[in-house]
Amino acid sequence: MVQSLNHLKESASQTAGPYVHIGLTPNFCEIGGVYPEDLGISMVNDKTGGERITIVGQVIDGAGAPMRDCLVEIWQADAAGLYNSPSETRGSADPNFTGWGRSPADQDTGEFRFETIKPGRVPARDGRLMAPHITFWIVARGINLGLNTRMYFADEEKANAEDPILARIEHKTRVPTLLAKREGNVYRFDIHLQGEKETIFFDI
Amino acid sequence: MSGSSISNRGPGTGPFFQRDREWHPKAYTPWYKTSVLRSPQKALISFDNTISEITGPVFGHNILGELDNDLIHNFARSGESAIGPRIIVYGRVVDERGRGVPGALLEFWQANAGGRYRHKKEGYQAALDPNFGGCGRTITDEDGGYYFRTIQPGPYPWPNGPNDWRPAHIHFSVFGDGFAQRLITQMYFEGDPLIPLCPIVRTINNPDAVSSLVAALDMNATTSMDSRAYKFDIVLRGRRQTLFENKREGN
Repeated sequence: MVQSLNHLKESASQTAGPYVHIGLTPNFCEIGGVYPEDLGISMVNDKTGGERITIVGQVIDGAGAPMRDCLVEIWQADAAGLYNSPSETRGSADPNFTGWGRSPADQDTGEFRFETIKPGRVPARDGRLMAPHITFWIVARGINLGLNTRMYFADEEKANAEDPILARIEHKTRVPTLLAKREGNVYRFDIHLQGEKETIFFDI
Repeated sequence: MSGSSISNRGPGTGPFFQRDREWHPKAYTPWYKTSVLRSPQKALISFDNTISEITGPVFGHNILGELDNDLIHNFARSGESAIGPRIIVYGRVVDERGRGVPGALLEFWQANAGGRYRHKKEGYQAALDPNFGGCGRTITDEDGGYYFRTIQPGPYPWPNGPNDWRPAHIHFSVFGDGFAQRLITQMYFEGDPLIPLCPIVRTINNPDAVSSLVAALDMNATTSMDSRAYKFDIVLRGRRQTLFENKREGN
């Protein structure tokens, strides 16, 4: 016999289901008057520092269909590479940038969309700088535990080549699944759940 | 619920306990049909938490409206209230080390007393309640405690098998203080005979993991001539302790 560590088990996940919008974006699904606006709908204001960008994409299922009922959240550093979080110990982030956004897929096109800024670089645990990246969390009907991935920027070739997380990926042919392509000020980032183009998902 | 009580107040800055992916449902659970085409097939890639996972958004009480934690009234016409069995749901959000998680945003959504959601994708015949929207939110107090008031949702049929019914449940979305703690789960009700029949419940393999999602009826927390009460605690990932920093010689 041995002493107990007294650790609890994390509550088990259950799917967000088809009605996730009722809870997380009620105004989007025509439940008005409960909250003034949906949380996470706006990440920036007029005073936010950094380069303005738009991120759009679709989450695509194993049959190639965009998932029009999914919901995506992102979390990212500000333009100086600081997170707007009490757990950020390196300095104070831009008070005009939340760093967090939430977007329900468009019910016709399946497209998610974020109006944000390009993040700065932040260090990994060993001090090496990571390339600019945005953490993604995807939930939907049929997804039993929220999926984590990262979006990197295809036009940051030098930084991406130095990134310690990308360097861990054994099959280099899969790295492009994490790279958003620039078209003007819009970065397109499609997330494939299955198939040849299956996006790399992380266990973080 | 018990847990160690290692003092470590304030927002955590450590990496998280590894997620136990045998305890959580697997991605591919073909008896829940929608998971078949929505489950990644390749192995997840692991890495030690960086500051991108250790940090996360934290929400202030200023986002909350007065009725946000009262689903009986937050969509109802003035002077009216939602129909159904009135309940209080309360509990604590703690981490895997048993410490309360203060300031955690909880968002919840549910069907009405007849089992009907206010959503255009809904195909169930039960009537809408004009006084019930089905969403609410709150933020945990200093000890991780929370409560809200609602009506007990009804069970409902759903298109999976030819005759699958969901047990009565309330969906919960939970933020801790690090984005890697982000969690969505569902609360079930003690004694519901539909729980063991449900394909979504059965995506979870471990019976203890299922039990931890079943809220207990608490007759000592009822409100006289008003509401019954159910207790539902939520556990988020804990942060690892760093008792000695791991620094290489010469650094």
